[in-house]
This record gives sequence, C-alpha cells and structure tokens, in this order.
Amino acid sequence: MAEAVVLLDVWVSPFGQRCRIALAEKGVAYEYKEEDLSNKSPMLLQANPVHKKIPVLIHDGKPVCESLVIVQYIDEVWSDGAPILPADPYARAQARFWGDFVDKKIYECGTRLWKLKGEALQEAKKEFIEILKVLEAELGDRKYFGGDAFGYVDIALVPFFAWFYTYETCGGFSVEAEAPKLVAWGKRCMERESVSQTLYDPLKVYEFVGFLKKKYGVE
Amino acid sequence: MAEAEQVKVLRFWASPWSFRVELALKLKGVPHEKVEEDLANKSPLLLASNPIHKKIPVLLHNGKAIPESLIILEYIDETWTDNPILPKAPHERGMARFWSRFIDDKCVGACWMSCWTEGETQQMFMEQARACLRILDDELGGRRFFGGESIGLVDISASFFALWLGVLQEVAGISLINGDEFPNLCRWIEGFVASDVVTECLPPRDKLLAVFQSKKQAILATKSMVY
Repeated sequence: MAEAVVLLDVWVSPFGQRCRIALAEKGVAYEYKEEDLSNKSPMLLQANPVHKKIPVLIHDGKPVCESLVIVQYIDEVWSDGAPILPADPYARAQARFWGDFVDKKIYECGTRLWKLKGEALQEAKKEFIEILKVLEAELGDRKYFGGDAFGYVDIALVPFFAWFYTYETCGGFSVEAEAPKLVAWGKRCMERESVSQTLYDPLKVYEFVGFLKKKYGVE
Repeated sequence: MAEAEQVKVLRFWASPWSFRVELALKLKGVPHEKVEEDLANKSPLLLASNPIHKKIPVLLHNGKAIPESLIILEYIDETWTDNPILPKAPHERGMARFWSRFIDDKCVGACWMSCWTEGETQQMFMEQARACLRILDDELGGRRFFGGESIGLVDISASFFALWLGVLQEVAGISLINGDEFPNLCRWIEGFVASDVVTECLPPRDKLLAVFQSKKQAILATKSMVY
C-alpha cells in the first residue's frame, strides 16, 4: 500500500519536513520523491498547477497541497493514530492560530536574516527575536505546544529548530540566550524519532544557506 | 440542557473579513451580537481578545476568543454542526482549505494593490490579479457555488469578490472583474448576492462606496487595508 501515498518534497524544506514528521507520527508508509526545483517534474506541475511548489502529498492519485493543509489531511485520514490536532474545537482553533503564526512569521523573517545586510538586517533581527519571545511565552512551561502531547503547532515549528543555528549566525545573536525554553522544547522534540529522523544537522542547513547566498549574490 | 450561549462578533461594518464570520453564523442559524469596533480607537476588549494581531474579526463564544476569519469559520463549523460549510471527505476538505488560503494569500492582495498603485506597478498587480481570477474562474467551472449546490467555506472566503472588489475598482477607476474574461465568477457573484442570507449580511453598497471614496487619499498614501 506504500505506493498509494507519495510525497513530493525537497530534503531541506521545513515545510516538507512537517509532512514527513506527521506521516511518521502516524506510522504511514509512503514513497518519498525528491524534486529538483530548477527542473520541476511533470508530476509536480500536474499535482500543484497553481503554485508549482513542494510539498505535495498524493494519496490514491489525489494531490493535497500546502504543508499545514497536508498535516490536517494526514490527521483526518489516519485518524486511529495519535491525534495531531486536539478534539476540542477551541483548542483546535488555538492550534490553527499558532500554526498560522509560525507560517506567516518565521520563514519570511528568517530569510531576511540571511539575505539582508546593515540596517535591514538589524531590523529583521529585532523582529525575529520578538517572534521567538512570543512563541516562548505561548509555550510557557509546557512540554510541547500541544501540552503533554506532541501536536500540530510542534509539527509546524520544529523543522525550523534546525535553522536556528543559521538564523543566529547570520543575525548575530543567540537563540538560546533570547529564548532558552524554546531551545529546550526543540531538544525534547528531537528525542522523538519522527523528528530526529527528519531534521538535518544544523550545520548542513547552514551549508545549504551558504550555497543559496552565493546563488543570490549575498555577501 | 445547555446554558444560554453567548456569541459575539467583534467586527467592522465595512470589513469583508468580519462579513465572513457573520455569514457563517447566519447560515447556521446561530444568534449572535455584533460589536462594532472603531478601528482608529480599538476597544480594550478587542486588544485583550486578539493581543497578537489586534485585528477584527474576533469571535467570542462564552468568553473564549477566536481570531482570524478562516480559523473562526472552521471553529463555527465544528461547534454548530447543522448546515456544514466544509465538506465531509478529507480530500475535499483539503481542497476547500487550499482554495481559501489561495484567496487570502494571493488573490485579495493582488486585487487590493491593483486599485491603489499606478503606472508599471499597477500593471504588474493587475496582471497578478487577473491571473488569480482566471484560476478561480477555472476552478469554479459550471458549478453554482464553490461548495457545490450550497454555499461553503470557499464561497464565504470569496465574498470579497462579490461586493468589495466591484466597489474598490469603481473607486480606483479600473476594471478587473468582468463578464467577458471571468464568466463563471460573474455568474457566481450574481447567485451569491441573490441569496437571502447573504443579502441580509452584506453592508449597503452605496455606504461602502462612500467610505472608500472618503478614505481614498489615505489609502493611496499608505496602501494599507485600513481594516
């Protein structure tokens, strides 16, 4: 049945990693297909004609696009595994809110940290630290954003844990100094096989961003 | 027996985002109180209910605050289960969520910026907006609503195009949505605004036109959505 589930993805993508973690948490066997974004496959272009982006989950031939939409889909289809979203509608709304917050804030601001210089970089650094603090305040003293259970918000955010080294090195700050509870949370998540088997070494991510910087002429 | 529900919507009469929430509640027959916000002078209740974004709409249900219109729509659908606005099957639910996000992330912004920029920048935004409208028009096809036979999540999300886009393009003096290029969407608009429930919730067009005319200079300066 593994052929019934296909994930079109790129190894370093935090968005693709959300899907990989969700599938692993549910114990779903799937076929992973690495995409070359400079030469997108016909399968990808057909499965996501609107955005032409990864990740795309193809289940029994039907595509699902957008990482957090995919995570919710995985939760609804493989509903006998441990739930990713809580049962209570208000708790679900809160989880979606924070997933949305991570979506809107982390990647965009983080990208500015490695792309920009001078004042624009300082501005991005200020914003990024603020984002970390807001997330840390939301986490509080809980084990996970989902409480005792690893869930939706954890899945939305944890791929970026491997990017913290890149962000802090490019931005000139320390994530651990600014948001120690968030770092502790990331390390707890890494104790889960679904996460440790999915995330790449932060140095590898940094190396990849170095390659991107050359490509975009950033120095 | 359930105690009396307290349902309030922190809203702004001209906002298409708070319209979404009110339409969903109306479709489900949920009695609610509309609390009008002065966006230049936000209430302590709004700031306490949505401390992160400080924006309307916020749904207050028995004291619990839910912000962000698409998140509110899903909450409404899960809490009041009559007349569902999301489909049952997971793949169709995934598609409904995808299209709602497409509308929010790409379409509305391109349409808005088309109205408030000029020259080459405007041309660029208008091309983007038309591309989005084309995609939506194709996706709708010959169906009555994006939700099929009844108004669903994507229709509610698309309500911006049913009234606000027409008003904005009139204020800006441009033409984006028209029957020649987007016949399906225009047919959808007619059907959507003809629905009784929708008509009851929509703000009056002339009032909307007047408020955008009066704010035109301010919007041109900042390009911000104001709401």
